[in-house]
Amino acid sequence: MEEDGTPCVAVHTHVFHRVARTTARLRGIPTLRQAFVPQPVVGRTPGELRAYIEGADQISGRPFMQEVIEGLSRPLDEADLTGATFERTTPRLLAPDMEENLQKLFIDNRWTDFLPIVLPTEERVAAMLKGTSQPPDKVVGRMRAGNFRESWEYTVEKVAVNAVMAGALPEYFPVILALAATSATSRQGSTTSMTCLGVVNGPIRHEIGMNAGIGALGPYSHANTTIGRAYSLLSQNLQGGSVPGETYMGALGNPLAYSLCFAENEERSPWEPIHVQKGMKASDSAVSVFVGGRYIQEGYGPRDTWENKMRRCLAATAYLPPMLVLDPIVARLFASRGIHTKQQLIDWCAENARLPARDYWDDQWLQTLVRPLAVAGVEPYASRLKAKPDDIIQMYEPKDINVVVVGGETQGAWKMFGANYIKTVSVDAWR
Amino acid sequence: MIVTVHDPRGYPPKVTGKRLAPRPQSLDGKIVYLVDCLFDNSDTFMEQMRQWFAAHLPSVETRAIKPRESWVDDADMRAKVAAEGNAAILGVGL
Repeated sequence: MEEDGTPCVAVHTHVFHRVARTTARLRGIPTLRQAFVPQPVVGRTPGELRAYIEGADQISGRPFMQEVIEGLSRPLDEADLTGATFERTTPRLLAPDMEENLQKLFIDNRWTDFLPIVLPTEERVAAMLKGTSQPPDKVVGRMRAGNFRESWEYTVEKVAVNAVMAGALPEYFPVILALAATSATSRQGSTTSMTCLGVVNGPIRHEIGMNAGIGALGPYSHANTTIGRAYSLLSQNLQGGSVPGETYMGALGNPLAYSLCFAENEERSPWEPIHVQKGMKASDSAVSVFVGGRYIQEGYGPRDTWENKMRRCLAATAYLPPMLVLDPIVARLFASRGIHTKQQLIDWCAENARLPARDYWDDQWLQTLVRPLAVAGVEPYASRLKAKPDDIIQMYEPKDINVVVVGGETQGAWKMFGANYIKTVSVDAWR
Repeated sequence: MIVTVHDPRGYPPKVTGKRLAPRPQSLDGKIVYLVDCLFDNSDTFMEQMRQWFAAHLPSVETRAIKPRESWVDDADMRAKVAAEGNAAILGVGL
């Protein structure tokens, strides 16, 4: 709006002052005028918010409204008139040093997940690059830590560096490149602590020894673990960081962000694999990425009352749609109960994921992200907004819901992740 | 042992400087848009802001406005504020 000629002051809560300042600088306007009230605004009464306004700016200590009014009317100085133009570079290689010093450097710069890493020497990176036919300087994608951040670009070689750090083997590299090619960060800075989940399908699963059986979602496979960790590390480093208070604002954090990538158990599933549902051939190797992981629920069965159990789980939260992760035993039991395709289960979930309008709309993210669309008349949200408080709202469309079959059949276990599907990318394209 | 290792970071974009908009000497008689950024409870905050101006700086006319969607640039809203207003307060950004 400053570019439109409108003098502005942006009001933030104080815990975001570093990210607000940094974002302004990286937009070329480091002197953008900002004012800071206490956190939180959510849940505060009108009187409490009025006290914020009549109180002190939480960063400068001066009266908040003085900051606002001066921000709109204070004459411009040289820095205000020029902004900041600069280029940042990242070298290909770091200065040679002792291994222990370099390990410390990586930790100090927050280039690790604070677990030990494999140092990305020239030899190791060269070996990783042999895992693909793609040239090292080929651009793979662009990633950013959040909606308001700048996108950073990365090449095949930069992805290889992070794959080495994670302990991955060269044969895993096409999967890691495909994850990077989604441009979906698993380290986004959201206050909700969202992360990404990767699901691998096709022949590559067996070629590189991925685990689709017992403990597939846990630390029980070198391939699953290091591919997932590589996705996490590359997201952090290739997007320009994931630093609390600057590029990461997740209130609680998320243990899934360390590593979560697994293979679908296509052979033991009665249903179509997910990459085929998303338009690939069964013989293709592909990775599908989902963003979310804010909540996980679980169950066993399906038992006789499974519909009631599933309805309770579906009603537990309103914003992120369910991603069902079923052991093959569960999938086959569903099939024996007449659910012969994933789509039938998805349709049942869409039909039965319901909440009273009062409960549905009393959700921070529905208020922030969905309500404006409803007010603007976008369906189906507009109709949901017209509902009376006790009216029952159907929360999701079938297209929002996904089902993956994985597990080792030691138990009829299932989990429900809150997660949105992002995209499916060919692994074969990165061999 | 001395080793040479790769830098693990991606390539950041160039940052191009932008200037701030010219400021009025005073807000007296000016129109200030209160832009509700649609975060939860921002509308309540902006209503309190409106009431503060009414009580303490009645010579300033405030107008409430919202973008079409959260986190999406609304060029039409920006154009309206630029055409009809003299300044804007945006909030409450997390």
